[in-house]
Amino acid sequence: MKKIKSILPRAAMLLLVFTVVCGLLYTLAVTGIAQVFFPHQANGSIIEVDGKRYGSELLGQQYTDEGHMWGRIMKLDVSTYRDEEGRALLYASPSNLSPASEEYEQLVAQRVKKLRAADPERGDEPIPVDLVTCSGSGLDPHISPAAAEYQVPRVARATGRSEDEVRRIVKDCTDGRFLGLFGEERVNVLEVNLRLDGIL
Amino acid sequence: MGTIVQYILYLAVLVALAIPLGGYIAKVMKGEKTFLSRLLTPCERAVYKVMRVDPGEQMGWKRYAASVLLFSGISLAVLFLLQLLQGVLPGNPQNLPGVGWHLSFNTAVSFVTNTNWQSYTGESTLSYLTQALGLTVQNFLSAAVGIAVLFALIRGLIQVKKEGLGSFWVDMTRITVHILLPLNLVLAICLVAGGVIQNLKPAQTVSLLEPVAVSAEGEILEGADIDLESGAVTLNGRAVEGAQIVTEQFVPMGPAASQVAIKQSGTNGGGFMGVNSAHPLENPNPFTNLLEMISLLLIPAALCFTFGRCLKNKKQGVAIFLAMFLCLVTALAVVAVNEQMATPQLAQSGAVDLSAVQQAGGNMEGKESRFGIATSSTWAVFTTAASNGSVNAMHDSFTPLGGMVPMLLMQLGEVIFGGTGCGLYGMLAFAILAVFIAGLMVGRTPEFLGKKIEPFEMKWAVVVCLATPVAILVGSGIAAALPQVAESLGNTGAHGFSEVLYAFSSAGGNNGSAFAGLNANTVFLNLSLGLVMLFARFVPIVGTLAIAGSLAQKKRLAVTAGTLSTTNGMFVFLLIFVVLLVGALSFFPALALGPIAEFFGAIA
Repeated sequence: MKKIKSILPRAAMLLLVFTVVCGLLYTLAVTGIAQVFFPHQANGSIIEVDGKRYGSELLGQQYTDEGHMWGRIMKLDVSTYRDEEGRALLYASPSNLSPASEEYEQLVAQRVKKLRAADPERGDEPIPVDLVTCSGSGLDPHISPAAAEYQVPRVARATGRSEDEVRRIVKDCTDGRFLGLFGEERVNVLEVNLRLDGIL
Repeated sequence: MGTIVQYILYLAVLVALAIPLGGYIAKVMKGEKTFLSRLLTPCERAVYKVMRVDPGEQMGWKRYAASVLLFSGISLAVLFLLQLLQGVLPGNPQNLPGVGWHLSFNTAVSFVTNTNWQSYTGESTLSYLTQALGLTVQNFLSAAVGIAVLFALIRGLIQVKKEGLGSFWVDMTRITVHILLPLNLVLAICLVAGGVIQNLKPAQTVSLLEPVAVSAEGEILEGADIDLESGAVTLNGRAVEGAQIVTEQFVPMGPAASQVAIKQSGTNGGGFMGVNSAHPLENPNPFTNLLEMISLLLIPAALCFTFGRCLKNKKQGVAIFLAMFLCLVTALAVVAVNEQMATPQLAQSGAVDLSAVQQAGGNMEGKESRFGIATSSTWAVFTTAASNGSVNAMHDSFTPLGGMVPMLLMQLGEVIFGGTGCGLYGMLAFAILAVFIAGLMVGRTPEFLGKKIEPFEMKWAVVVCLATPVAILVGSGIAAALPQVAESLGNTGAHGFSEVLYAFSSAGGNNGSAFAGLNANTVFLNLSLGLVMLFARFVPIVGTLAIAGSLAQKKRLAVTAGTLSTTNGMFVFLLIFVVLLVGALSFFPALALGPIAEFFGAIA
């Protein structure tokens, strides 16, 4: 009992000291530095054109227009978040489905069918896997260059642009691997679509 | 080709950084001067002054253990209350209500035990105050506790005929001030530069390029025509009554980078966002991913080298590192191959392109385009080898065998690097078991690093080694027998059982990653997983300190020709063998019902 009495106040003190140091000072120091030196990144990399906020370059949206590049499959969520006036806001979550079940097989078959119908130019060519799978965050803003190339003829047809023009836009919105080594090459879908719409 | 280079480079960067950091940590433990001393030692002394602690204090094992337990107990209580009361506290721009009692209990246990299992979804449940003063603080301190216990064990091995294992207060202060704070300050700022958010603003909204129509029942209306001016929604030529048009997207905000840095480097793993480091605002690109992924395994790997240096026996540190590293590489190979091959269900008889040309290819379900297969597989293995548990892809959507390996890594007791400190002290308990078995085979009294291993140490070593398997098997056994747990499952059949087994493996390994299809936010799962986490964390801590206390009092035996070497290839092999023996035999039957059954079902 005496032992506990001598330990307890020190344990509480240790927690208090480091709550102030690691919780408060550390968090505020990083926030301060971030806001001064990296305000764009620290505030969500939001794309703003003429005062209108057209999404974050880091958050995927769902596109179904034929004249837009399509992204990863999204499991949309319109029930969790609302704005101050109570209107529903869009968010998304991962599927968490096993890729080895029969239900999954049927789900992918439907997606293949839908893409084949939308992209008749591609005929029976295999569809890049990014276009028929849900991402890890549910909000993946990117697709692979193969997935973008697959859609080029459709987008060109629907927007009246030439395929080369669409390819040029895709290329402008493509990020390479870090140092040419790490991660994967990828196309930012929102940026492509903003350019297709003439906003960016 | 590029993919294989990526795997090799990830491993190379890890080793290249772990060796110097290991040396630095050894200096900190012994209180020697480092290149940061001039700046940090005055801060360290100030903490002692405020706490009225004598930096020269020596604690016996019981006092050290009591300090750990009481400190963790207070932390648990404070974090529990902080969540319950967040609704009336400041630092809550989203005006979130207080967290319910069982979820608060689960999250408090989870962060104090360095597990960081997420029953909660950060952006919709926790206020910034809770995230910063509660979770971030415990991310630091629970990591420091693990390292402190390891330091005590190392002192037990070094000391000859003494009682003292050092002071818990001094160890905690030094670890936090000299190691964790500087490392994470740099890391957090690099993460922000790379695009991770860090602010104190409420969540933002942005316009959607294509509005989405939702029926009155909340269902998404695919393919509906939307007239934004009049607000009319028509589907297949018919007007839809009561339909709602969603024109804006939710963009979560908050002080993420500062917490993400320590959740990675402290092998914590509890995300700022619900989907953890798969979220593009928490891990936006391959650069931030490299930082986050290397830092999650950095300290556990470095501690192997710290161990060698402190014992003045670098070869011993390297031997233990190699045993861990070989298991890591093997696990990585299995996951990488399975994820790249994907499944027949995804391949659709060739209609889906799984090749790695101009894309990552393979099983992209639950994986981000910027990470692909190589980076996601490496992360999955790193995070479950270390008891980190953060994810950059959804493990629930891995292939059956690709998802089994992370599960097995946790079931092995989180000793393939494991958590900061706790991984290595767990592995040292297995080393004691290994020398005991070897001693039986050659008919000699077992000894480890010059200390005789006797029944007292053996008993506690067995307790340390078996705490995790017992906790996992009892927990998942009970859960699998309860009908209400079936309602939480996100998948059916063998994969559904895997979700439950994974959850308890994660809690029992103090890992925290999940097959996230499981809805774990129920009274039973929150409480039972909480108890498993407490058991698997504190039983081994007490056992380790008991062993340390007993070893400290022993004399050092001279090395003779008959002494079993614990630094050669034979010992490395023996150590791996014992780890696999305990882990694989305990879990083979359970794995056969889950991922193995699913694998054979899928290829049939």
